[in-house]
Amino acid sequence: MSQISRRKLIITGLAAAAGGSGLAVAARLAGMYGLVPPDHGGLYGPGETLTYAAHRLLTSHSLAREFPRSMISKIPFRNETAPPSDEYKLHQASGFRDWRLVVDGMVAHPLSLSISDLRSMPHRNQITEIACEEGWSYIAEWIGTPLHEVLKEAGVHPDVRYIAYFSMEKDWWDSIDMADALHPQTYLTWGMNDGDLPVGFGAPLRLRVPRQLGYKSVKYVVRLTATDSMKKFGKGLGASAPEAGYAWYAGI
Amino acid sequence: MRVTHWLTFVAFLALLVTGIEIVISHPRFYWGETGNVNMRPLFTIPIAASRDTVPTGYGYVMPDQNGWSRYLHFQSAWLLVLTGAAYLIAGFWTGHFRKNLWPQAGNRGWRAYRARMAQYLRRAPPDPAETRSYNVLQRTAYLSIVFILFPLVIWTGLALSPAFDSAFPWAVNLLGGRQSARTLHFFVSAALFVFLLVHVAMVALTGFRNRMRGMITGRIRETEERP
Repeated sequence: MSQISRRKLIITGLAAAAGGSGLAVAARLAGMYGLVPPDHGGLYGPGETLTYAAHRLLTSHSLAREFPRSMISKIPFRNETAPPSDEYKLHQASGFRDWRLVVDGMVAHPLSLSISDLRSMPHRNQITEIACEEGWSYIAEWIGTPLHEVLKEAGVHPDVRYIAYFSMEKDWWDSIDMADALHPQTYLTWGMNDGDLPVGFGAPLRLRVPRQLGYKSVKYVVRLTATDSMKKFGKGLGASAPEAGYAWYAGI
Repeated sequence: MRVTHWLTFVAFLALLVTGIEIVISHPRFYWGETGNVNMRPLFTIPIAASRDTVPTGYGYVMPDQNGWSRYLHFQSAWLLVLTGAAYLIAGFWTGHFRKNLWPQAGNRGWRAYRARMAQYLRRAPPDPAETRSYNVLQRTAYLSIVFILFPLVIWTGLALSPAFDSAFPWAVNLLGGRQSARTLHFFVSAALFVFLLVHVAMVALTGFRNRMRGMITGRIRETEERP
């Protein structure tokens, strides 16, 4: 081994101290500017935080790719969901007439919206790809009410940092930050490919988040909650996915 | 410099294992933008899948390992990219690429490649200079790994990120679409794996202990060389 000189030792020590304090400052700043995901703890926290922070700096306002109508997948793949509950079957039988989307939490005007209420709000359509973490994907036209329209009507408090959303399916909930919640392509989707949203694809209401993997697009949405922290929900990891071992941020 | 080699090794091994786990959840590959079990695949890997939605012909579903595999895959990718950046800066700064990897003058023609290839095929002992330096085939292989395959595997991997593609749509469009990018990511990873196998075999053939010592400490014993 080569001799370790005093100079080398001092320089290494100084570099380590600078690096350490640099990291601490970076972590503090990242927290202040909302660059730390709710599931930042644990072994894979550093990688997740790097990805999320990099994406928030690079992709805040970018739009997911949209495709021509000719590229819509002929037979979109309907992924598995849990068997429908009796409550869901009742809603299905009545054509989702009594389905309600509850908007609560840190909002000025809590809402309870029916599907026809949502349909009467300004709505849009997009032809985007949905990609599953497993590797498969398809393109469909999604028709819905942009989430920001609903949030505007509810009057979101300025301290709100996340919108949590809940499925009628048991233990299925998720959340997105305000960059995705206010994003023009994030829709409360009730139509697909020129028709109503089919049951297998999340009828009557699916929150579509096209800049993230498919599992963020939760089906059968019944509730939105505006919050300043995800610590109060479940195990505090921001969604049911991380509790099952999957990352909260799925923009990869 | 040597520490970047071992960090890359750790990151690559983690990426390889977790990458295989992720493929097991959908061992079908497609070409173009979209692909799913309702579409004809380009090819399939004849193994059971970790999802019962994938028809594989096996009446068996493998255990799902995607959660931690994905977390570790992306964390290792960061390690690989940051290490790679440090290596590139150091490589240009110290002249490592110019001195040790760029084929030497007079060695840049087909003749040099043919001659060194013939030497391998004859199983002739390497030139004494090769104990401390790389021959033209090694130089070409290393340069391809550093400047072609690793950049490609990073590019094709990033193209699979929907958020990255929203900011840089050309990254996936140039590759022919999302599923093409996934298929290319698979093939480039396979090529890197083949390199790893050959690389380890070469180290073993030229004296595993001595070469490993060289790769870890930077010291090499000249007399221990075997053909």
